[in-house]
Amino acid sequence: MKRLLKGGRVVDPANGRDGVFDVLIDDDRILRVGRDLDVDADTVIVEIPSGFVVCPGLIDMHVHLREPGQEHKETVATGTAAAVAGGFTAVACMPNTNPVNDNAGVTEYILKKAAEANLARVYPIGAVSRGQDGEQLADIAELRQAGCVALTDDGRPVKTALLMRRALEYAGMFKMPVIEHCEDPSLKADGVAHEGFQASTLGLRGMPGEAESIMALRDISLAELTGGCVHIAHMSARQTLDAVRYGKSRGVHVTCEVTPHHVVLTDEMLGAPIPYDTNVKMNPPLREAKDRDAMLAGLADGSIDVIATDHAPHHYDEKQAEFDRAPFGITGLETAVSLCFDRLVHAGVVSLPRLIELLSMNPAKILGVAGGSLAAGAPADITILAPDLPVTVSVATMRSKAKNTPFDGWQLRGGVAATIVGGRIVYRNDDAKLRL
Amino acid sequence: MKKDLLGIAELSSEEILLVLDTAEAMREIGQRPIKKVPTMRGKTVVNLFFEPSTRTRTSFEIAEKRLSADTLSIAVATSSVLKGETLVDTAMNIEAMSPDMIVVRHASSGAAHLLARICKSRIINAGDGMHEHPTQALLDAFTIREHKKTIAGLKVAIVGDLLHSRVLRSNVLLLTKLGADVWVCGPQTLVPAGMEQFGVRVTTSVDEAVADADVIMMLRIQQERMQGAFFPSLREYFNVFGMTAARVAHAKPDVIIMHPGPMNRGVAIASDVADGPYSVILEQVANGVAVRMAVLYLLAGESEGD
Repeated sequence: MKRLLKGGRVVDPANGRDGVFDVLIDDDRILRVGRDLDVDADTVIVEIPSGFVVCPGLIDMHVHLREPGQEHKETVATGTAAAVAGGFTAVACMPNTNPVNDNAGVTEYILKKAAEANLARVYPIGAVSRGQDGEQLADIAELRQAGCVALTDDGRPVKTALLMRRALEYAGMFKMPVIEHCEDPSLKADGVAHEGFQASTLGLRGMPGEAESIMALRDISLAELTGGCVHIAHMSARQTLDAVRYGKSRGVHVTCEVTPHHVVLTDEMLGAPIPYDTNVKMNPPLREAKDRDAMLAGLADGSIDVIATDHAPHHYDEKQAEFDRAPFGITGLETAVSLCFDRLVHAGVVSLPRLIELLSMNPAKILGVAGGSLAAGAPADITILAPDLPVTVSVATMRSKAKNTPFDGWQLRGGVAATIVGGRIVYRNDDAKLRL
Repeated sequence: MKKDLLGIAELSSEEILLVLDTAEAMREIGQRPIKKVPTMRGKTVVNLFFEPSTRTRTSFEIAEKRLSADTLSIAVATSSVLKGETLVDTAMNIEAMSPDMIVVRHASSGAAHLLARICKSRIINAGDGMHEHPTQALLDAFTIREHKKTIAGLKVAIVGDLLHSRVLRSNVLLLTKLGADVWVCGPQTLVPAGMEQFGVRVTTSVDEAVADADVIMMLRIQQERMQGAFFPSLREYFNVFGMTAARVAHAKPDVIIMHPGPMNRGVAIASDVADGPYSVILEQVANGVAVRMAVLYLLAGESEGD
């Protein structure tokens, strides 16, 4: 079946397009993009209202789907349902499941669950070390063959410099980047919040930005030594961004990501509006305004490659606890697009094409996966965005199993109209009133 | 007053003075032959202590009994938390029995805030982690006022483990609200980040902190909250930061020395200082009852107006 998306603003930075074009889809592939395309009589024509945006499907390269092992928090099915509702046609899922995704069996299980759910594409990320315990490399070739696209010990850093060196060297043979959760464990200690005036006021144990940047500098140095590719996950501290810039200036293969919450919120949320709200407890923590401003500058000047959500679902019971006992993390899949529109695009921080680079083109490039482009022949993974749609964030209507977000009730401008994966419409937002 | 007493942060200076003035009247009750008034008759107060406490719990219990409240104290051993009941469930179970107030002490900062969000009962924070211990700061202010008449303009030196101390945070908030010149002093490893932003002077020199001080307030070394080495040894700590008679000599002649307890003699404070003429440490304990009666009375009065 052929389908023509007609008259939308096509934003496709991979192909240098930003303008009104038609996108012709043939079954699961993009056939052609151009102006006023001629089509066969049996082509289904979808009129895209003016102002709506057609872009390559968004890719969230940092999510926790929790399956196997923590299905009370999230499953592959609920997580991918949340993904497509958030405009993501693909997600890359972290290996800190139970058991850890350090072998082909777990990878295959995740992919089987993803195939059953049949919503967003799922790209598993394998563990760097067996059991993520930092002692011995996982079976990386086997993980690659089973479908893993990258490696990480996320949740914690790769334990030693030696193991990181070997991971970078070894993974390089299989063209897999090593994604690093940067944190010096001794400096982070038992910190639960950003070290600073806010944490001091509330009597919360702090962790300084340097706990992150020190590890980033180690890994960037090792990437330089080995020629390997390191990707710095969920960057929060301005010092880490400086470290990434330093690495890039030396030609090191280093890329980095930032989450929407680290560019929207600061540690002032710890005290107000809800004091000790465990939904603002995440690792890395919300930092100070100058860190947030540094991240905004990094998004604008191109130093930051990716926006990823670090979607970290937790059960209500786990978050309904003392601040220092609650688990780290918040959900992100269903709030990212609206936060990015409202706080980045409409606020004038980045252009829409730049946002699509951050949310689609660059993650595809870094992970080496299909997508991120509306080129002829590419999979028909397409997100349709409604830049001016008024959105009220509501946990009640979220697809994710988890409700741990600090954004409930926020009113934002811009949202998702529809999500198309492999030519199939897997999500449509009734509020956007798009006829598909 | 608000529904709960969670911290000094939530109190205005007027409210602080109201508590102190009320405590004056309450102290008189404790000096009568029959130390009891019917003010809180029919009110139920639960003292819910998740951390060991002798002084604070006894002080609250005596205050409650002098006001004729029905009172019971629950020491929740950490083991029962390990058995799986959450703080929220424990609190909801107590709440189901309709107490009027819950006095709570807990090792986690913000525990009292969490209870205040879910309980209809009034919550009094008797110490939450490293955050606040408001009734301690109120009784300290009461004691200072007794000796110095006013708090504005006094130089107050607070010396010790600043990082882990809820007493520090409550006292800094209260004393700066009332216009004192507050100096804090301790090893650099135990100075909280952003301490200057509290509106205090920070120094690592005890002599500088103590010079011409009207009040010296000692803080305990909280080894139970420490992970890792913040200073080489208790012996070295005492040599550098211990309050000795020689150091006290730099303060004003009429200086008073305070300590929230429990005291570790020979670690933070020399015994001759703790027992010396300028020490008001036991007065603090005595005043604690009057100040807690004032807090209970003021919060109970509010509930009748609801």
